[in-house]
Amino acid sequence: MMIFTIAARELRSLFLSPLAWSILAVVQLILAYLFLSQLDGYMEVQSQLLGMAGAPGVTEIVVAPIFGNATIILLLVVPLLTMRLVSEERRAQTLALLFSAPLSMSEIVIGKFLGVMGFLLIMVAMLALMPLSLLLGGSLDLGLLASALLGLVLLLACFAAVGLFMSTLTDQPTVAAISTFGVLLMLWIIDWAGSNEAGHISGLFAYLSILRHFEPMLRGVFDSSDVIYYLLFVTVFIGLSIRRLDADRLQH
Amino acid sequence: MTSSDNILIQVEQVSRYYGHLCAVDNISFEVRRGEVLGFLGPNGAGKSTTMQMLSGNLAPTAGRVLINGIDLLDKPKEAKAQLGYLPDQPPLYRELTVDEYLLYCARLNRIAKGKCREALNSAKERCGLTEVGKRLIGNLSKGFRQRIGIAQAIIHSPAVVILDEPTVGLDPIQIREIRALIRELRSEHGVILSTHILPEVQAVCDHVQIINRGKLVLHDTIEGLQQRMQGSSLQLALRRPPELSQLQQLPGVNEVTALADGRFRIATAQGGDLSERLVQLSVQNDWGLYELAPERVTLEQVFVDITTEEIGAVSESTEAAA
Repeated sequence: MMIFTIAARELRSLFLSPLAWSILAVVQLILAYLFLSQLDGYMEVQSQLLGMAGAPGVTEIVVAPIFGNATIILLLVVPLLTMRLVSEERRAQTLALLFSAPLSMSEIVIGKFLGVMGFLLIMVAMLALMPLSLLLGGSLDLGLLASALLGLVLLLACFAAVGLFMSTLTDQPTVAAISTFGVLLMLWIIDWAGSNEAGHISGLFAYLSILRHFEPMLRGVFDSSDVIYYLLFVTVFIGLSIRRLDADRLQH
Repeated sequence: MTSSDNILIQVEQVSRYYGHLCAVDNISFEVRRGEVLGFLGPNGAGKSTTMQMLSGNLAPTAGRVLINGIDLLDKPKEAKAQLGYLPDQPPLYRELTVDEYLLYCARLNRIAKGKCREALNSAKERCGLTEVGKRLIGNLSKGFRQRIGIAQAIIHSPAVVILDEPTVGLDPIQIREIRALIRELRSEHGVILSTHILPEVQAVCDHVQIINRGKLVLHDTIEGLQQRMQGSSLQLALRRPPELSQLQQLPGVNEVTALADGRFRIATAQGGDLSERLVQLSVQNDWGLYELAPERVTLEQVFVDITTEEIGAVSESTEAAA
């Protein structure tokens, strides 16, 4: 209950700043452009595809790449959204309000996390409208679309959890943003290390890479171990954030 | 209700270290229902640290804080529900309107949904915010922000209200209003306020506590403090002053100091009141008495005495150690 009160306030404050609106606008514009050019490309090869047996459909050719590109754009954007979550409150000394209210640290942290997730879900919904508009003129592989959407939401939850944790570490929003970006990018490319030789280490790195768990979902492969990976990832970073915020009261 | 039920804040041997620096050293005190405790101290004495520990923003290194009988560390949620806190910097979200902000605070403090409006209106009325409900906090003046901070602390009518320098940045009329509000709060709540404005303590508090270098150096009722302040000396001004020795020989006089222009400071023995006798003598001997006033020590003097005494003692002991 309290969690949702905090989440609602967080979401509302996001929309009260021009940042959220401009992020929504810019992301939508870029993705719409990519969507249209992808669609254009599909139209050109459509006649050839008709003749092939087992040819990829519109969902594979248009929708999956859009979601793939969306992750890269959001990798840049999410740190900007999460950077202020705690650091801004710490800087403006408004954390005292939450600390002296009858709330547990978990409620505060999870509330803030859900507030950002609310915003990201709005963004994903707007993104999903573009492929769904194709339903007006044809049919889509809805299963693949659902799997890609789920993957995207889970990936964004990871981004948000890392961003939230970074924000609890500092009282400078920009520091939180750049560290979040660094960590996310590192986790993104971590599987590049030793990817030429098939060794034990590279297997571990590949497992750690957040992208490796997203790619199967883009192909419509739903593996519960990927979902569990994401849930664990989010839980760990939320747990760390709670610990970090709790430490605010203990030491200085 | 027994008297122990009325202890709203109980601080037991609380200490706080920042690294090796001891900010608050083993302090204990109580506040009962119906009391306003004024917390005084020079800058950096540990006032705000103590306030932060009482409000659950800072964990004490040692000791225990009970809010209305509930341990703040063991059951933080229950204890914090009984607590309203205004930090030295009001915790306001500048992008919200006053109404939005106070409603959010009401919900955070677990006021039932149907009663939030009611709580909001009464808090706004008590703090003089009815006119500005629809305005953005970021656009309001410092005085209004301070009042919103106070409204936020009392919106859930907590048993304990902790105010860290509540009248900073207010104009004299607002200060009077806030003091009236604090006096009004006293009837149902226990109030602690920290301040460095000494007349404020005299105006609103019934207990005074002075902290210096992390230690409690004085805890007294305001009456006790006033007695301390009633110095046992008189100031006398005469047009045709007699010899100094003549005054010194009067019964009940401990010491006479001659000041300029026929003025004397007469220190009297404890409890003796010489005024009447001095007037009689002055008429008999034609001294030309034109002023006779009991000397009062101001609270400021008491404060300075206590805090500098302490510093003196500390520097002496460090010298001794060296």
